[in-house]
Parts: sequence; structure tokens; C-alpha cells
Amino acid sequence: MRRLACLLIAACLALGLAGAARADDAVAALAAPGFERTRTAVVALGRSGDPRALPVIVALHDGALYVRTDHALFIRAPAGFVDAATGVPAPEVAPNTVKKVRVNNAVREAINDALGALRLFASDPSARIAAAQAVFHAHDPHALAALDQALAKESHPEVREAMVQARAAALLFAPDASTPDRLAAVATLRARGGMDARSLLDQMTGQPPAVAAAAASAVTSIDRTLQLWNLVQGVYYGISLGSILLLAAAGLAITFGVMGVINMAHGEMVMLGAYTTFVVQGLVLAFVPALSAVSVLIAIPAAFAVSGVLGIVIERTLIRWLYGRPLETLLATWGLSLILQQAVRTVFGASNRAVSTPPWMSGEGHLGGLTLTYNRLAIIVFAFLVLAGLMAVLRFTSLGLRMRAVTQNRLMASAMGIRTPRIDALTFGLGSGVAGMAGVALSQIDNVSPNLGQGYIIDCFMVVVFGGVGNLWGTVVGALTLGIANKFLEPVAGAVLGKIVVLVMIILFIQRKPRGLFPLKGRAAEA
Amino acid sequence: MLGVGLAAVAAGLRGASGTAVAAPAAAAPDASASIKVGVLHSLSGTMAISETTLKDVMLMLIADQNAKGGLLGRKLEPVVVDPASNWPLFAEKARQLLSVDKAAAVFGCWTSVSRKSVLPVFEELNGILFYPVQYEGQECSRNVFYTGAAPNQQAIPAVDYLMGEGKVQRWVLAGTDYVYPRTTNQILEAYLKLKGVAPADILINYTPFGFSDWQTIVAQIKAFGSAGKKTAVVSTINGDANVPFYKELGNQGIKATDIPVVAFSVGEEELAGMDTKPLVGHLAAWNYFESVDTPENTAFIDGWHKFIKNAKRTTNDPMEAHYIGFNMWVKAVEKAGTIAPDAVIDAMIGVSVPNLSAGYAAMMPNHHLTKPVLIGEIGDDGQFDIVSQTPGLVVAQEWSPYVAETKDLIGDWRKPLSCGAFNVKTSTCGAGGGKHA
Repeated sequence: MRRLACLLIAACLALGLAGAARADDAVAALAAPGFERTRTAVVALGRSGDPRALPVIVALHDGALYVRTDHALFIRAPAGFVDAATGVPAPEVAPNTVKKVRVNNAVREAINDALGALRLFASDPSARIAAAQAVFHAHDPHALAALDQALAKESHPEVREAMVQARAAALLFAPDASTPDRLAAVATLRARGGMDARSLLDQMTGQPPAVAAAAASAVTSIDRTLQLWNLVQGVYYGISLGSILLLAAAGLAITFGVMGVINMAHGEMVMLGAYTTFVVQGLVLAFVPALSAVSVLIAIPAAFAVSGVLGIVIERTLIRWLYGRPLETLLATWGLSLILQQAVRTVFGASNRAVSTPPWMSGEGHLGGLTLTYNRLAIIVFAFLVLAGLMAVLRFTSLGLRMRAVTQNRLMASAMGIRTPRIDALTFGLGSGVAGMAGVALSQIDNVSPNLGQGYIIDCFMVVVFGGVGNLWGTVVGALTLGIANKFLEPVAGAVLGKIVVLVMIILFIQRKPRGLFPLKGRAAEA
Repeated sequence: MLGVGLAAVAAGLRGASGTAVAAPAAAAPDASASIKVGVLHSLSGTMAISETTLKDVMLMLIADQNAKGGLLGRKLEPVVVDPASNWPLFAEKARQLLSVDKAAAVFGCWTSVSRKSVLPVFEELNGILFYPVQYEGQECSRNVFYTGAAPNQQAIPAVDYLMGEGKVQRWVLAGTDYVYPRTTNQILEAYLKLKGVAPADILINYTPFGFSDWQTIVAQIKAFGSAGKKTAVVSTINGDANVPFYKELGNQGIKATDIPVVAFSVGEEELAGMDTKPLVGHLAAWNYFESVDTPENTAFIDGWHKFIKNAKRTTNDPMEAHYIGFNMWVKAVEKAGTIAPDAVIDAMIGVSVPNLSAGYAAMMPNHHLTKPVLIGEIGDDGQFDIVSQTPGLVVAQEWSPYVAETKDLIGDWRKPLSCGAFNVKTSTCGAGGGKHA
């Protein structure tokens, strides 16, 4: 018994020493020039299982690994350089004597794979899941031993699941796995589903016939599920585009739909909202950097105020002289839109401004087979909040009541003591302010440039006319219909042709129903 | 960048000899008068973002040359005009530069459509145009020197790199819907098929200018890339549509290690306005990067920063093209001893000057340059890490060998051939035997 133990210890020591020696070689190889050599060294380091490998690979990943002319490697830490092979601080190394170890995509891929294998034993369960996913992605049979070890100790059910899937992926590519094991692995992947699993099953070559058949049937089954999810995904993309159209058109639904003013400068109100976001972001970063993650939220009221006040000024100085003269209004506001564009170009410059996306709005979440990008999700929620707010204002406030009264019967409203010019200005301000808020949302997904508004003005009019002038619900349905139709046509017909098809459909629709989906009925329609 | 057409090649056909019309640019008899150099770049409108920099770099080069004592003992005088991103205005301004200002050479244009617009003017008045931007090829005029890359000096090597180093087997050709991407993709598709790529492994997609809702297209690319074969995107997406495109790639979690994107129109200038962290590892192919580590380049960047008085301004590929083109013109004028266009055009062929990547650029008989092809990966500092460089220089193929109609054509402006579109099969010159085909 004791001899056995001794032997075991000796074997372990030998193995450990051999591992250490391999790790030393690999670290040395990292210092040699050439991406291919760096890549092989990273792979060797990942497989060595040496505890010193992790910090070196992490440093390489973060771009903190440096090499001196004598091929000695150093890790740049906040306190100064550290010798990569020994972990001992090396204060004598000056930054100008060392060069960063360069990586390319192949090396990056090797780094991710190696990090996966090395982090399987991390203490944080989410890190272990990420590691298992990286191993799944790499499907390197060399990771099997580590996976088995990790699985033996793992008790967290989610981590276990991820590891079992990673093990199945690695097993399928191991040359010496038995057929029953392979069949079990295929079944695991089939149950996992998704594009990654499908891709792996597609890649397998030289499998026994039974396994190949199982893989083929698994691919078909996954494809069927994926198709279903694709349909749902298409609807999500459509709702996302629809919510953007809705945001941009909601303001127009007020100014054009309710007041009947053809405001060609509506797009510029949106654009000003986007620039307000840019300015607010700059100010927040300069004065209260702690709030920079929520600067987008701060920009919402600011954009409403900027565009809204400007809208009131425009109404008072320009549009009120032109009521009842749609052609002149069209020309005047179009001219105004050019003036506003050039003004912004003069103040902010012709090039695009970068508005950064806060971390909580970046990335994606998964719901079954559905991929939900957070920025789009946030915009969908925001669009419906804005809509709800707008409806509440119209329905429940005294301002809303007066607005409706003025638009339904101006003379009667005036006779009842409502100051109609004031209401006109406020209504126009409200519509413009909503456009400004749309600009905040657009700054997250589009380029903040002086031409931003131009790209949306046609779509906005299309939505309002299609939905039925003077009806907010019509705008909602119109925006979502157009969004979903566009997104389903895009993969089939291409972005250019898809748009043309939608336009033709709208023209045909307007021929049949000139007043849109939900026309106003009764006396209001004649007003 | 780069605009209209392959089909427009029939413009301006004339007699085979290409005899010069009375050379207006040479009409300055006074030996002490300054030599005028035309700068024809948009300083307003949509292209101003890209072209203003080129105007500045020309002013710098001319000032440097004057500091060295000018040319033929005379001072150089820049004549800057603003064609305002308006294609017909390009032709008007070109006419003004050649017949009113008597410019000895003109440096200008960015989009292919602007080049097509001025081409008849340069041929009619026998002027000299230096065109500094990578373009779709399929053109070879006696009066134009193409200092940017032809497709085989940018697109084809990039595809070769991905095929070899990246082991890519499936291809998405994504572009903006106009002539440069369509012509380039036509060439690339033919090339890929020639290399044995199955049609099912090629996905071609076009989007309008300024496209911003990339969700479905990126999802389509992602699905196309999950068929078990390594997939890459070859992007001829132009202008600011790139920003939401790369943003959406980041949002949908597509990393350069999964599906790399190699772009032909994204340079240092474009990256300056983007957050490059999610883009690390995506690629671009050019003939010059600001990160090229040579003494010549360091000197050029220092000179540029001093001239423009802003140490943050980037340099890019078309700037290098003007640097090379201007130095070549100076050399050719010195060689010819005159600024007379015919003499200078003849003297240009064979001139070679240093480029900024420690090599030499030579003007070939087809009026294109020899160039190194560099592939760079976007780094987190907004610069490109050069990951591949052709061992030697690549000679431009002005007529694509992968397109059936042009595979037998060559351009050679040396006497006695003097033909921009010589068909080697039929031994005839161009459609009408013209100056420019």
C-alpha cells in the first residue's frame, strides 16, 4: 500500500515536473517572433496545466505581455513589470526597452480556448460556465481529462450541464472514443440545440455510420427548431424596427395627424435630440463621471426640452402665419430643415459624433432560441413608454383636453374660452419634444450626423399616412406593420428591393383606402 | 468611395494615335512664373470628410517642395477649387483648372463617379490627373495616373490571406449598393469560383447608402456562418453605414475569431469616430497603414502633424497615394525638363520613388503603381496591427482577368503601342482604338 502511494507520488511529481518543463518551454516559445509560434505556444501552455500558465495567458489576452530583446517575458502590472516565468517583480525593466507581444485572430482563438480549459476550476460559477462554453467552442479532445476532473467535483446544476455539453463536443472529436459514447454525445448536442451545436454536428467527418446517421438526424431536428425560432426572431426584429418608426413618427402623428401641419423639419427635431444626447454625454463625463452610465436617461428630458422649446419657437415665428396653406408650410419647413442641418454642421462639424452605448444597453440576452439585443429591447420598451405617456397626456390632462377640443372644432373651442394660439404652440412643442426623445433612442443605433433626420422623415410620413391621420393607435399599428413587413422581406428580397416592395404595397393600399388603416370618422374627419 | 462604372468605359474614344490637342497647360512661356498645381477635392458636401484631408496633404507636399527650391527653378503654386461633392461640378472645375489656371497637373477626385465625370475633360484638354483612391479597375486612360490600388492590389490578396491563413471556406460579400462594390464583388465572385468555392458557399448582399438597421442581415450572416465551415465577411460597405454594422456585430456577439470581417473602405480616418474595443481583430486591406514602422513613415507623420498643427490627426492610404504621385510627378518633370503634358506623360512611365513602407513605387506602362499589399487587424487603439504583407510588390491589373469581357485586355501607354485597352487575342486597340477604353 505504502509502495503504491510512493509510486503514485513519484509519478505525480514526475508528471508535474514534466508539465512544468513543458510550460517553461512554452513560455520561452511565446517570446519568439511569428504568430504561428505564438499560437502553438499558447496551445501548449493551455494543455500544460501549469498554475503559472494562467497569469501569462491572461496577460497575453489583455495585451499586458511584453518581450525584451533577450527574449525574456514580462507582465505589465499596475505596480511595474513582473517576470512572466517566475512571477518576481522586475523593477529594472523600463517601458521603452520592451515590446508588446503581438497577437492575431488565430492566436486570440487559441487564447480563448486555453483560458476555457484553465478556468474550469474557477471559484465563480459563472466563470466556470463561460469556461465550459469556451471548451465547447474549442471542442479540443485534450480538454477531456480536465473536464472529467471538473465534472467529478462539480455540484452546480447549470455548470454541470454546460460541462456535460462541452464534454460531448470534445468527445466527438476524440479519435479513440467508442461508438456508444459518440452516440450519447450526439444525443446531448441534439438536446442542446442551437446554431453552435448544429455547426459542430455538421463538421464531423470520418464517424462510424451509426454516429453519422444520428448526427444527420440531429441536424435536421435542430434545423426544424431553428426555423421556428427564426420566425419568432423575425417578428422581434420587426417589432424593433417598428418601435423606432413609432418613436420617430409619434411626434409627427401629433403635428401632422392632429394639427394638420406638414412639418418637413420633423426629422431635424429628431436629429437635434440625438445631438443633445451627445452634448449631455460630454457634460456628464466632464462634470459627474459617476453618472456616465445613465447619461442616456438624463438626455431624455433634455432632448425633450431642447426640441420642444425649439418647436414652440418655430410655431410662433413661422408656422402660425401659414395655417391652412399646406404648400407654403411644406416649403417653409423644408427650408427650415436645411437651415437646421447646416447650423448643426457649422457648430458640431461635418463628421459624425460618437455617442457611446452604456454597458447595460450592450450585448444580448437569450430567451429560448431567441436572441434579444439589449439596446433594441431598451428602445422597444422606451417607445411604448413614450406612447403611453403621450396617450395619458392627451386623455387625462387639461392640456390634452384642450388640444383635442381645438383640433376637433377650433371655433367652438375658441368660443368656450380656450386660447387657441397658445394651445397650437404647445401642441407643436409637444410633437417636437417627442421627436427629440426619439433622437435619444436613435443616437444609440444610428450615426449622429446632421443628415440623421433625413433618413427618417419619409418613413415617418409613411407610417402616419398608412396608419390613418389623426389617430395614435393607427400610428402604432402602421409602424409595427411596416417594421415587420420590412424585416421579413429583407432576407428574401434584400434591403434595397425589400424597401421598394413595401413602398409599392403602401401606394396600392392608399389607392384603396386613402384615409389609412384607421380613418377618423364623423365630424372630426371633416374638420 | 468609388463610383460609377464599368459600362462607362466607352467615353471619349478618339483616333488611335492619341495625338495631343494644343497643349494648354504648357502655354506658360515665362520661365520665372510659378507652376500651377491643381487640387480638385470636395471641401463641402458629403465627401468633404474624406477629401479635405487630401487637400491639406497636397498643400503640405507643395510647401515642402517649394522649401526645397521649387521645380525647374520655379515656385509651385497650388490652385485649390471646391467641387462640393457635386459630380457635374467636378467636370466644370477641372475645365477651369486646365484652361483658365493652366494647371500643369491636377491631384484630385475620390469617388469613381467624380473621376468618370472629369475624364472627358482631361482627355479633351490633354491634362494630367493623379487619382489617389483604391477603385474598381476596368479603366486605363492616357491622361490619368492611378496611384490608388486596383482590385488585385487590395481585394484579391485579402481574400487569399483569409483563404490561406484564416482557412476560410464560406464567404459573405456584403456591400453598399452602387458601382464600386458591385464591380468588386463581380470580380471576387468569379475569383472565388475559380478557386473552387461552391456557389452555395457565397452569399452576396447589398444595402443602401447610410443603412442603419443591420439586425436581420447580421443574423443572416451569423446563420450562414454556422454551417460548420469557417466563414468570413468581405465588406465593401461604404461610408458611415459601417458604424451601425460593426455595432450590430458586437451586439449579436460575433467576434473576429468567429467570423472575421475584412473591409476595403475602413481606414484610420473612419475608425477615429468609432469605439474600437468590440472591433478588435477585424481586418482591413490597404497598401499603407499609419502603423507602418519605417523611418520614412515616421518622418511623414511628424511632418503631417506639424503642418496640420494637430498631433491627433491620422494618416491613411490615399494620403500616401498623393505623396507617391506628387513625388513621381516632380521626378518626371525634372526628367522631361518641361511641364508640357505629352513630355511629362511619357516621362512618368518607369519613374520610381520611395513609398512609406520602405519600398519603391514604380509607375507602370498601364499608368498604375506597383504596391505592397498589407493586411491589418484593428487594435484597441484605433490603429491597425499589420499581420500580413506581400513579400514583394504587386503590379496592378487594370483590366480584371476574372471578368469575361476584359480578360484579354491590357493597357500599355508606351510607344508604339500607346493603347489603354489592347486586346491581346485580336490585336486590336479598344472598341474604337481610343485614347481611353
